Order: sequence, then C-alpha cells, then structure tokens
Amino acid sequence: MKVRDDFPMLRKKIIYFDNGATTFKPHIVIDSVVDYYSNYSANAHRGDYDISLQVDDAFEAAREKVKKFINAKTTEEIIFTSGTTDSLNMIIKGYFKNHLNSGDEILITKSEHASLVLPWFLLGNQIGCVVKYIDLDQDLKVTIENVTKAITNKTKVIALSHITNVIGDIRPIKEISKLAHQRGILVMVDGAQSVPHIKVDVEDLGIDFLGFSGHKMLGPTGIGVLYGKLELLEKMKPQNVGGGMNDIFTSLKQIDYKPLPHRLEAGTPNIAGAIGLGAAIDYLEMVGMDNISKHDQELKRYAVTKLSKLDNIEIYNANTGGSIIAFNVKGVFSQDTAIYLNKHNICVRAGSHCAKMLSDNINVNSTCRLSFYLYNTKEEIDRLVELLKNKDILKESL
Amino acid sequence: MDNEVKRNIIIDHYHNPLNKGLLEDENYTKIRVNNESCIDNIVLMVKVEDGIIKDIRFDGEACAISTSATSIMIKMLLNKSVEEALIILNEYEKMINEQDYDESIIGEAIVYNEVYKQPNRKKCALLPWRGIKIIIEKE
Repeated sequence: MKVRDDFPMLRKKIIYFDNGATTFKPHIVIDSVVDYYSNYSANAHRGDYDISLQVDDAFEAAREKVKKFINAKTTEEIIFTSGTTDSLNMIIKGYFKNHLNSGDEILITKSEHASLVLPWFLLGNQIGCVVKYIDLDQDLKVTIENVTKAITNKTKVIALSHITNVIGDIRPIKEISKLAHQRGILVMVDGAQSVPHIKVDVEDLGIDFLGFSGHKMLGPTGIGVLYGKLELLEKMKPQNVGGGMNDIFTSLKQIDYKPLPHRLEAGTPNIAGAIGLGAAIDYLEMVGMDNISKHDQELKRYAVTKLSKLDNIEIYNANTGGSIIAFNVKGVFSQDTAIYLNKHNICVRAGSHCAKMLSDNINVNSTCRLSFYLYNTKEEIDRLVELLKNKDILKESL
Repeated sequence: MDNEVKRNIIIDHYHNPLNKGLLEDENYTKIRVNNESCIDNIVLMVKVEDGIIKDIRFDGEACAISTSATSIMIKMLLNKSVEEALIILNEYEKMINEQDYDESIIGEAIVYNEVYKQPNRKKCALLPWRGIKIIIEKE
C-alpha cells in the first residue's frame, strides 16, 4: 500500500507491530488538529461569533462522518466519548444498570478485554446480574453453536468484542445478533479492534450498542465513540451532568436535558479529538476499508507462513483471520522476546494484553503480540522473522 | 566482569532460581510485587527471626532479569540481619540507578551493574528488592 509517506512516525527507523495498542497518525489527522488549535480554537455550541460557529460545523461534521462510517441511522446515535473504555462503561452503567434485574444473565467470553469484563463484574456485584461465559472452540473462536448453548431464558445481553485483541478472530456478530434478537436479547459490541480494520455496518450487523476508540484507527488519543440504537439511547441515563447537556435548570432543582446526542456529552467535548477522528475517517475511506482488511489479513497469513517454519516459535492463533498474531519463542518469557526485538527497533507488545482470563484457554499467561495495519509491509515481517531465527534470543535480550 | 560472564550468571539463575515455590507456613510474611508497565509478577515470602532473615522463598512469572534478580537477592540476603540487608539493598538501588555505590558489598548482584543502559529493564532488576524492602522495613 502506498501510504507510508503519509505517516511522519514512519520516518523513524523503527518497525511498529503494536497497532492493536495504538496507531500512528497520518499528516491529514495531525494537520486537522493543529488547524483547530491554530486557526479556530473556540468552544463548541457557543455560536455567537464566527470562529465558534466554525467549531460547531467542524465538530458536527465529524459526527456526521462517524455516522456514515458505521452506517448509523442518525447523528443522534453517535455520542463522543474519551474512548472504548468510556463508551462501554457508559453503556453498562447508563443503560443496563437501570434495565437489568438480579438473576439476569450476561454472556461474554474469557477472551474479552478488561474494559468489557470489569464493568460487568462491577454491575453484577451491585445489582446481582450474573456474568456467564460462552465456550471458545479449539481455535479460540466463538461459534453460533456455543452461543446457542450458552443462552438461557435468563440471558438478557450478549457482550462481545467484534475482534479480540489477543487472538484477533472476527466474531460472527451478524448471526449472533439475529439469534439474540429472536430471543429479546440485546447485543453490545466492543469495536476497538474491528472498526479500524474491517467495514463495520451497525445496521447490517444488527448491533444494539457499540464502543470504539479514535487512536486505534489513526485518530487522536482521548476520543472515542458510543453508538446505540436511538430507542435505547433515549432511555440511557447521563453518567455526567453539567454544561452543554441541559436545556434549563431552576432553583427548584428541576433539570431539563437537551436532546440526543448532547444529553450524553456533558462538559466541553474533546473538540480537537473529534475533528481529528473525522480526518482519520476521511483517510481510511480514501484508502478503502476493504483494501485495508485485505492488506492486514494478507500480512497475517504471510507472517504465519514464515513463522511456522521456525521450530522455536509457538503461534497460538495461526488458524484465525484478522491481523493479530499471538506467539512465544519457546523457552523465552514474552517480555524478554519483546525487549530483544526492541534492541533491533521492532515494537511488539508482551503480556496478557488485558485479557487475563484467556490463560484458562491457552495455558500461558503471557504472549508476544504482533498487530498489523495498513502501513506495515512484508519486508518488515521478513526482518522480524530473520531476528526470530536467532537461537540466542534470551541471552541477547539481557 | 565481562558481559558474557554476566549474561551466563543471569541465565543460570533464571533457569535454576534459588528457593522457587511457596510454602504454607504462618511464620512467613508474604508480599506480591508487580510492575505497572510490564508483566512481571512475583510473590515473596520471608521469615525473619530475632532480626535475622532466616528464609526467603518466591514464586511467579517474570522476565529473565526479574527472576534472576530475585534468585540472586535471596542468595545474598539469607542469614543476614535486617540492618545488613537494608545496607545491601541501599547500595543495590544506587547501582541500578547509576549512582556511586560500594562495590565491595554488592556481591554477585554486580551482574546488573549495567542495567541502567536499558531503562526498561531497571524496574525488572528492582522488583524483588522493592518487595523485600516493604517487608523488612516493618521489622
């Protein structure tokens, strides 16, 4: 892909394989943020003067871009948050806390990220709803059969990552939604790893709630999105109240809230972040989401094929699609491998990747993770494979 | 000490660490230490009697530096008084943080005298010592 010149970070002599954590930014994103701070730095929703009106236009244009990007019905369904964690917490605390009862069941899996698992654990402790697990198959995938098996007449929510951050498998969300909706179950999706990599169409997939982050899709940090079906968002309680979200309040302690989406965005929003996210979406659409998915998956297949030929490498997710590889060098702790690669200017992540229950399934607590994106190349993978052929990785990590 | 020798000592302790595995024994004080920014996770248990460190055991999953540093720390501190241990600890911290230190009491831990060159490894080398410090400072 001819995109590398667009990314200033790629001028550094490093190979970056940690895109699951965050991504580099193209000029167009950086410039849009600088442009806001340099040329029309005012608050939103204060349209009494020109630059403020300009902010409103840019901020709401970003919302419109997000709406189109995920094919939501209206911009009222697009709430700006600080990121996926914020979005998922808002959904669980602002909606489900008031719509679930003691004994109601939530289905997740053991490969979910902490940002999806922990708010559910917390809610379970508070209101007595019960978190249950859908079994993963031998390739650590979620199958419709296992979802069906896990559903009981108490199941009220299925909450899953669309693509998991350790294994990288793409879950069959469309089929799961269909199954769920036939039984009156809502579907909440963590899109942090999917929205950047594949076309996510909330209408087609039948998603009820979705959260994702700007910085994992070439946008700025500190901006994310909460999508919810309008009729659900209407019933969602604001977790924060304050400026920008009320129409009127009186000394009699009456508050009238603004309509969606502003009702759920108290306080000055991350204006620069939203504008930058809009620019990131422009860039992703220019390259084409289908091209990006194809490129990412081809890199994974290429890397798996090459790494499988090394007898000192164990790959945990060779048979899943997506753009993530979880591996270890036999006999070397994941962190030592990452530090060895860092000595050769290759960035990979070591650890449990915030999916700490997954060790129940793969019998290792930590792995090295490669996560590819549109600017990675086969030449970079060749370099990695060359370095992993070394028989003295442990010693050279010291 | 040349680098190859240092690396071999580290790897030797990593592969065959001293006193790995915890005991069920109420006479020990236990502590879990981990590094925020990485995945090292070590549990230490220490038995102090009459101001003397009688035993230290550990378990956990950690990188080569953390694991070997734990093993070497145990070797150095066994049967030392709490006061002696604190002196060693102090000199060790100075070494890792690239300050002047007394080489004569640093013993085998000298293998980490250049860890400061890899800032992301400093916290690994300090991890078990952080844990032991919390325990023995209470003594």
